[in-house]
Amino acid sequence: MGASSMIVLIIAALTFSSIAIVVSKFVTKATSNPQKGQPYECGIPTTGKTWAQLNVGYYLFALIFLIFDVELVFLFPWAVVVKKVGWMALVEIVIFFFILFMGFLYAHKKGALKWV
Amino acid sequence: MVIAGIAVITLFALLGLVLVLMERRVAAWIQIRLGPNRVGPGGMLQSLADTLKLLVKEGMTPDGADKFLFNLAPFIAMMVAMLLMAPIAFASDFQLWNLNIGVLYVTAISSLMVISILMAGWASNNKYSLMGAMRSGAQIVSYELSAGLSIMSIVVLSGSLNLNEIILSQADGWWIFKGHIPVVIAFIIFIIAVTAETNRAPFDLAEAESELTAGFHTEYSGMKFALFFLAEYINVFIVCAIGATLFLGGWMPFHIGHWQAFNHVMDFIPSSIWFFGKTFFLIFLIMWFRWTFPRLRIDQLLDLEWKYLLPISMFNVLLITLMAILGWHF
Repeated sequence: MGASSMIVLIIAALTFSSIAIVVSKFVTKATSNPQKGQPYECGIPTTGKTWAQLNVGYYLFALIFLIFDVELVFLFPWAVVVKKVGWMALVEIVIFFFILFMGFLYAHKKGALKWV
Repeated sequence: MVIAGIAVITLFALLGLVLVLMERRVAAWIQIRLGPNRVGPGGMLQSLADTLKLLVKEGMTPDGADKFLFNLAPFIAMMVAMLLMAPIAFASDFQLWNLNIGVLYVTAISSLMVISILMAGWASNNKYSLMGAMRSGAQIVSYELSAGLSIMSIVVLSGSLNLNEIILSQADGWWIFKGHIPVVIAFIIFIIAVTAETNRAPFDLAEAESELTAGFHTEYSGMKFALFFLAEYINVFIVCAIGATLFLGGWMPFHIGHWQAFNHVMDFIPSSIWFFGKTFFLIFLIMWFRWTFPRLRIDQLLDLEWKYLLPISMFNVLLITLMAILGWHF
């Protein structure tokens, strides 16, 4: 079907979800009371702001991931031609992985991979 | 075009219903109890009844939530799950989009899932949701790496990014048999990584019931929750379909080298049955994990990926490259 299938699928997803939500709007009976809209936290009123400071670890791992993800993108064209290029491809990827692994070891040494 | 759209929606809804029922039946079977068996013959209509129940529940938005993002998140989850259906070859003659960069497409689109989860968690105005979303963000991006590297090893062996060509390259045996131990290692890493990527137990930190009530979808109810739920199950199906395509030969029947007679007998089983059989076998494995392994802590989870799986899969890719160059596979 070609690239148009992406458009068909997006439209299908949007229609399916909207129909489901709109139909449920019509068949449900909305009630309201002052407690209902409170965020759920096991029954007690919430304290403090929701958007509080979070552990820096989450962001650190996301940053390290970025480096490796770019590496993964570089690997795609390489992986397709490995068999045609032969030994040179292996030499190149060993050098590539060596440099990458040095960076990984540096991050490890600096304690970026430790959960605090 | 319209027919294809309707066919995909039907398949989508049907898969959701079947997978939810299957999850409950497998759980019951493993825990030696009966499971759903009252609605319809053998409990077949249980998930339909659940859908009806969710349909009549009020879909509410909590006070102080970011209304736009809160309502947008389930749509994005559905869109990602639906888009992933495009390049999958369900049978030898049924594929929506025979894309020459199918593998890259799947890796790219599946990483969009994390956006909907972060959006849902952030917009909910609930600490549990935010915690679950942050955890799942760190988890999904981490495990994407080793999943990507193990996918890469099959691309190296078959020399193509087209999912259909990868299947055709397995006509004389599936990669898991042809590729010896390195491919088996890649397969195991792939299964672990996709279990984590789809937030399934033992990696279900994003929605750990005992700590975070329901994680990123705590505040969702009614149909919006159902959409998240459906998207989650469809994602499980899709990652298993990709695993079956890359490692177990997709719709390719079980062939052994040049055993013409044997191969011919195997060809009589329709290709779609092979595809769905393999995929549901992998789904069964992932459901089995849930009742076998205890949930990991977040630091253990990240250690497992960064200190074990990632170095192993990097080394494994080198090994497979060597194998591909020397022609050590059959």
